[in-house]
Amino acid sequence: MENLLAKSPETRTLPNGPATATPVLRLTDIEKIYQTKTIETVALNRVNMTINRGEFVSIMGPSGCGKSTLLSLMGLLDEPTSGTIEIDGRAVQSFSDRELAGLRNLKIGFVFQSYHLINDLAVLDNVELPLLYRSGMSGKERRQRALNALDKVGLSARTTHFPSQLSGGQRQRVAIARALVGGPEIILADEPTGNLDSVMGEEIMALLLDLNRNEGTTIVMVTHDEQQARKTQRLIRLFDGSQVG
Amino acid sequence: MTDKYGVLLHFKIMIISYLKIAWKVLLRRKFFTAISLFGISFTLMILLVVYAFYDHTVGPHTPEKKVDRLVFVNRMTVGFKDGGQNNGTASYGFLERYVRPLRTPETVSISSYFGSTAAYVGNQKLDVDLKYTDGQFWQVLDFDFLEGRPYTVREVGEGAHVVVINERTSRAYFGTPRGVVGRTLETDRVRYRVVGVVRNVPGMRFNSYADAWVPITTGTFDAKDQGLFGNCLAIMLARRPADIPAIQAEFDQAIKRVPVPDPKTQDKVSSSASTLLASLVRWVNNDNGPNDGVRQLLGKVLAFALLFMLLPALNLVNINVSRILERTSEIGVRKAFGATSGTLIAQFLVENILLTLLGGLLGLGLAAGMLALIDGSGFIPYTTLTLNPRIFASGLLLSVLFGLLSGVYPAYKMSKLHAVQALKGSSN
Repeated sequence: MENLLAKSPETRTLPNGPATATPVLRLTDIEKIYQTKTIETVALNRVNMTINRGEFVSIMGPSGCGKSTLLSLMGLLDEPTSGTIEIDGRAVQSFSDRELAGLRNLKIGFVFQSYHLINDLAVLDNVELPLLYRSGMSGKERRQRALNALDKVGLSARTTHFPSQLSGGQRQRVAIARALVGGPEIILADEPTGNLDSVMGEEIMALLLDLNRNEGTTIVMVTHDEQQARKTQRLIRLFDGSQVG
Repeated sequence: MTDKYGVLLHFKIMIISYLKIAWKVLLRRKFFTAISLFGISFTLMILLVVYAFYDHTVGPHTPEKKVDRLVFVNRMTVGFKDGGQNNGTASYGFLERYVRPLRTPETVSISSYFGSTAAYVGNQKLDVDLKYTDGQFWQVLDFDFLEGRPYTVREVGEGAHVVVINERTSRAYFGTPRGVVGRTLETDRVRYRVVGVVRNVPGMRFNSYADAWVPITTGTFDAKDQGLFGNCLAIMLARRPADIPAIQAEFDQAIKRVPVPDPKTQDKVSSSASTLLASLVRWVNNDNGPNDGVRQLLGKVLAFALLFMLLPALNLVNINVSRILERTSEIGVRKAFGATSGTLIAQFLVENILLTLLGGLLGLGLAAGMLALIDGSGFIPYTTLTLNPRIFASGLLLSVLFGLLSGVYPAYKMSKLHAVQALKGSSN
């Protein structure tokens, strides 16, 4: 844990070239079973996959096939019933809640279908949020990083706006800036274009592709859109909780 | 940047962010905020008014500024063999024989309780509450002299007809609060020369209160009187607060030497040397036993205060829990981006304490208004209940306690929300 946290994004050099074969996230024999008194639902069944640094991977499958569950497990928001998750070569199953929270903060950025921005906070404050949970960073530095992230998504002019004053596409851009601001190893995007019309969806997709190509950000994206999935480097298909391609 | 500085800076940043959110949340739910604030401020107002009364009665105020060094002897109890008992205030003779000689106190003063006398301004009758004191009275207490001086031990010894009057009597009798030293006050047909004018003493301070104070030697008090019951009290000044137990122990030894007035029917004489609060509690309980009853009283008061605060606190808990349901998305996002359960609990407690502090400030405002009303009503003579720094600090402390009481459970519940479920909870 110490080594993982010590290797903070502030000091990490992001790859600028093509994807290397360094695994950043590895899932081995992952099972996720939801159990009630009367019924047992297998959400994921012996899933194995490796995400390499700099990759852009999309995950597709019909509704209820376990895509979002898989993303939650990758994001350390949930625990598998069995199997191991490794981040940067370290298995995380023995990590405490506090250690997992620290790991999420440093290594992972999330983009959600419904943005999940905090309506009471201005755009800049929303983007700064992940940095609040990082000690030893001055307010000035936080602000500068948030401004840089907003600049990357083309929303420098909207820093003082509130989410309700933005379009869906702009909100998702803010969400992407928030995911980027901490300099994570990997961005997990759960249907990031799902709530947007095709034009805005294309804009968001172009932005993600740009981040992957030019910033070297590793991205795993759950999508229903075959066309967008084809633009990514690798496509993983799920069906009834199992990996089928 | 040192680690310590870094931690402090981070803490400051977090707090500012929490306060920003807290303020927005309060504004977003104006109706619930108003209800919460009303509940908190009204409760605090009542508690603060009660505390102001307490502080006014037993706190370190003029003339009992050194209240932590004062010990009072004012009650006597004589027990009968058949189980009955006589209770009353002490006699001058008893106090002179058994309290005056005590060696542990720095100073011992003996005085009467005030009694009503009549002075006349033209044809108008003026009620003057008169108190007889010795010269030491002015040494153990700290009156606020507007002019003149107290009378001395020597003047008391000589039976000089001198008087110290309060501001109200000076105004009512002489028509002016100043420039009356040397003039004559006649009350109950006895003439006294005014030597000093002091600020009014509140009626709640009945050990020192009067309109006019005169030497005890001008009254009908007899130091040789063997009776135990009378109309007097002794006030002892300890050299330092820690001496009080030693004074009480010396007094307890002295009281053992007091003979039972009628051994055929009576078997016990008891009295106590008590602090101001304890003497009041004993008075109310009519008890001179070994237990002064202060701890029990404070326990009851604390239990009552907590119970009184519990109702609005429960209301706030309820509102807070429903507020959490509205904020599941925010909780999910914060968890996803690295907030621990502890951080979320801290955030929610900061928000809640902000709300209760606002309620506290409102409560302080309401209490100030209520105290001004009570002061203005003249219900208790010369009462000036104010929000002094002690009461103000108590109000803020109560607010924080309120915030913690009503925030801990909802905050815990909030922090335990599963991130995945929280993120499914709502969208924005």
